[in-house]
Amino acid sequence: MTSPLQQKIKITGPSMVTANRTSDGIVIYRTAQQGWSASLSDAAIVRTSDEARALLAEANADDVGAVGAYIAPVELKDSGEIKPGNLRERIRSKGLTIDLLPA
Amino acid sequence: MYAYDELDRTLINERVSEFRDQVKRRLSGELTEDEFKMLRLQNGVYLQLHAYMFRVAIPYGTLSSKQLRRLAHVARRYDRGYGHFTTRQNIQYNWIKLSDLPDALADLAEVGIHAMQTSGNNMRNVTSDQWAGVAPGEVEDPRIWSEILRQHTTLHPEFSFLPRKFKIAITASEHDRAAIKVHDIGLRLHKNADGETGFEVLVGGGLGRTPFIAKIIKPFVHGRDILSYVEAILRVYNQYGRRDNIYKARIKILVHELGIEKFAREVDEEWKQMGHSALTLDHSAIEEVRSRFSYPAYEKLPHMPDELKQAAHDPLFERWRKNSVAPHKVQGYSIVTLSLKPVGGPPGDATADQMDAVADLADKYSFGEIRVGHEQNLVLPHVAKRDLPQLWKALDRLGLATPNVNLVTDIIACPGLDYCSLANARSIPIAQELTRRFANHDTAEMIGRLHINISGCINACGHHHVGHIGILGVEKNGEEFYQITIGGRADENAQMGVLIGPAVPYAEVADVIEDIVEAYLALRDRPEELFVDTVKRLGVEPFKERVYATR
Repeated sequence: MTSPLQQKIKITGPSMVTANRTSDGIVIYRTAQQGWSASLSDAAIVRTSDEARALLAEANADDVGAVGAYIAPVELKDSGEIKPGNLRERIRSKGLTIDLLPA
Repeated sequence: MYAYDELDRTLINERVSEFRDQVKRRLSGELTEDEFKMLRLQNGVYLQLHAYMFRVAIPYGTLSSKQLRRLAHVARRYDRGYGHFTTRQNIQYNWIKLSDLPDALADLAEVGIHAMQTSGNNMRNVTSDQWAGVAPGEVEDPRIWSEILRQHTTLHPEFSFLPRKFKIAITASEHDRAAIKVHDIGLRLHKNADGETGFEVLVGGGLGRTPFIAKIIKPFVHGRDILSYVEAILRVYNQYGRRDNIYKARIKILVHELGIEKFAREVDEEWKQMGHSALTLDHSAIEEVRSRFSYPAYEKLPHMPDELKQAAHDPLFERWRKNSVAPHKVQGYSIVTLSLKPVGGPPGDATADQMDAVADLADKYSFGEIRVGHEQNLVLPHVAKRDLPQLWKALDRLGLATPNVNLVTDIIACPGLDYCSLANARSIPIAQELTRRFANHDTAEMIGRLHINISGCINACGHHHVGHIGILGVEKNGEEFYQITIGGRADENAQMGVLIGPAVPYAEVADVIEDIVEAYLALRDRPEELFVDTVKRLGVEPFKERVYATR
């Protein structure tokens, strides 16, 4: 039986599944090869809610390798490049937006 | 400084061993994340946007130079060479690996530092005035009582699974530097008419989604009874606090819903039933804790040494002294605040090299002791006045002599969306831009005392509600917007700021703050009238008009 949480999954555009790697916490993306990559360009892209649900379920099954998997929007460029779909994911993908030292 | 005894050391070391085993089992898959999450949280380990975040307690904000060097070591060896001092006398590391955490904890344990109860639904780090023990006019050192509470509540089984987290702050001065009125329990040491030392007890304060100023539940609880009275409050909270709704689980909601009178009656009933329990502190128990605090062997020094008279001719030194140096209870000594708010820097951050250097300066000039304040600055609490000129030069070389303590660029800010998984908007770049806008020290001094507090979400880690100007990041249709409040304060006259109008986009925040400050300068009735007093006198309307008339 599908859990209530899974039933709520609904995407409105191209999306990917992201998480943090268990051992060191770095940002990782679920790939189409049923693995994880630290590069967003390797992320498996889903376009329907059913695909998203399946990809997330597969990601969640890897409880040892990854923590806190969730679905996030992406932007697909004409060139095929995958861009983060919101500010949070831009920051996770590209890192801090700030200078660490006074400038 | 407080010297840990064998019991403390054993407890901390056992905790490290326990967590090492838990991490090992997590990494092998023996523990699922669901099983492990609560265990890591009880050791201060969160998962943030980019990595694990490790929060380490600095009980009542007191550190030895040895401990600060060890914090620097952890930053350098296990993180990215810096740490972030928080608004609750903790330090956070933002990039630590789970696999490295047991070693980091073991290294910290060697100097008596731990991360127990820095997260989770338990009693958090008991905080205090960063000037404790050295502030003139203080009733007595509040850290004695912070330590008694710390010992009693650490790993206390009855309080390890509270409805929600629980924070206590203690002050012993008339001027509240510990923000006790926005804590679950605030304790103010004072003397009653008979000259006995006890506590005014406040309860139900807090920020976050539903902010409340704490209410006085008992004007005077004798020192010997403070453990039992606090425990009575916790028992009532544990019994009646909401566990069904995380947004209503803090004690402030319970106090608000029951009303302070009914809540107080419940606590009194519980307290009465406890009677003269084992929690009543006898004189020897209090003195035992007191005896484990050591105080410097101060010299007899002149009030105004020649070194200080000479340095007073240097306007740059004088500017720093006026902003960063405060009177000490012992003649010839000063309390020195080290600003962690350089122009363009992230508020509250210190590099490992800075931490090491401050530890060296503490050894040289402050009897090896450092304090951490909730305003995210460091303090050297025992500096001889004759040493101030040399100390200033050394701090200046380290980038720690920005003369902005309590001024407009002494900004409190949470990590915000650059780090935090809860945040809706960024805090740090807003703070950085504001420090650049107000970088001119003449302007900042002309403005006077003005506290800007920034939070990246409603959880209010940046204490935005009680900033003279508060900035709260929200998300609207995928964009960062910021609500502005004015008139808040976190001191003995604590109050929540008032929203001035609709949220403004990221790019306009600094302009809006400049408008508010310009309005204040035009509206204040004399240069000495502080921003927060002008707001109190005139209300928010004139500021609102200024900000929104052209927007």
